[in-house]
Amino acid sequence: MNITQILFWFLSVMAIFSGLMMITSKNPVHSVLWLIVTFFAISGHYILLNAQFLAIVNIIVYAGAIMVLFLFVIMLMNLNKETEPQKNRWLKMAGAVAGGCLLLVMVAALKDSDIKQQQALVKEGNIGLIQTLGKELFSTYVVPFEISSILFLSAMVGAVVIGKKE
Amino acid sequence: MVKKNNMPINYYIFLSIALFSIGIVGVLTRRNAIIIFMCIELMLNAVNLLLVAFSKMHHLRLAETNAVAGADGQLFVFFIMVVAAAEVSVGLAIIVMMYRNIHSVDVNFLNRLKH
Repeated sequence: MNITQILFWFLSVMAIFSGLMMITSKNPVHSVLWLIVTFFAISGHYILLNAQFLAIVNIIVYAGAIMVLFLFVIMLMNLNKETEPQKNRWLKMAGAVAGGCLLLVMVAALKDSDIKQQQALVKEGNIGLIQTLGKELFSTYVVPFEISSILFLSAMVGAVVIGKKE
Repeated sequence: MVKKNNMPINYYIFLSIALFSIGIVGVLTRRNAIIIFMCIELMLNAVNLLLVAFSKMHHLRLAETNAVAGADGQLFVFFIMVVAAAEVSVGLAIIVMMYRNIHSVDVNFLNRLKH
């Protein structure tokens, strides 16, 4: 077992454990903090796959901007453990069984597929570097890039219009 | 056989399925609208991780003929992140408006379409 595999298993266990803690913790603020831990574990996976640009963007955009927005909204609404709404026990159990069935079916379907022989290149390859991705983004994908800026503008206007007081 | 520095792709597939299922269970078992929204973010991230792993798999197979094989997958992840950021801003505005109107973020109060 070399260092790559040790890092892979460590990051995977960290991601799954913090994901489980996110959906089980009663306090919404704790949920946000556990989700940030999950995002850091996924960023670690990106670094392991040598997708450095996406690792940094994941930390800046998700853990930095989006989760701070969530924290702000939660603290603005003053949500805490006492006001947290709870589903009854049977509905929770039914939800967990449904999710577990999805997991079981997907794993059983993909367990013996032909893709098993394929491997992902880890720690090497330069397609994840900013140089390669930037050249590709501003040559082949320049039209979707500009369209996404229009999407951002409309989302900004939409958020302001929705959040405005009457 | 597994060479040095390579991981089998199905480990990444199973990890992504596990994270996606955690997101599904969270959406089905919680009533707080903000937590449900966070579970959707977790599902998006599971898909992103799988896209990056597939792009590296593609790169390993086709690197001799095409030096940038697989870069498209990572650009798709970038666009998914862009769309997720826009979605979060609008979604949180909707949740804030809902809190202002019914003073709760419980999705079970949002059943007026039923009547």
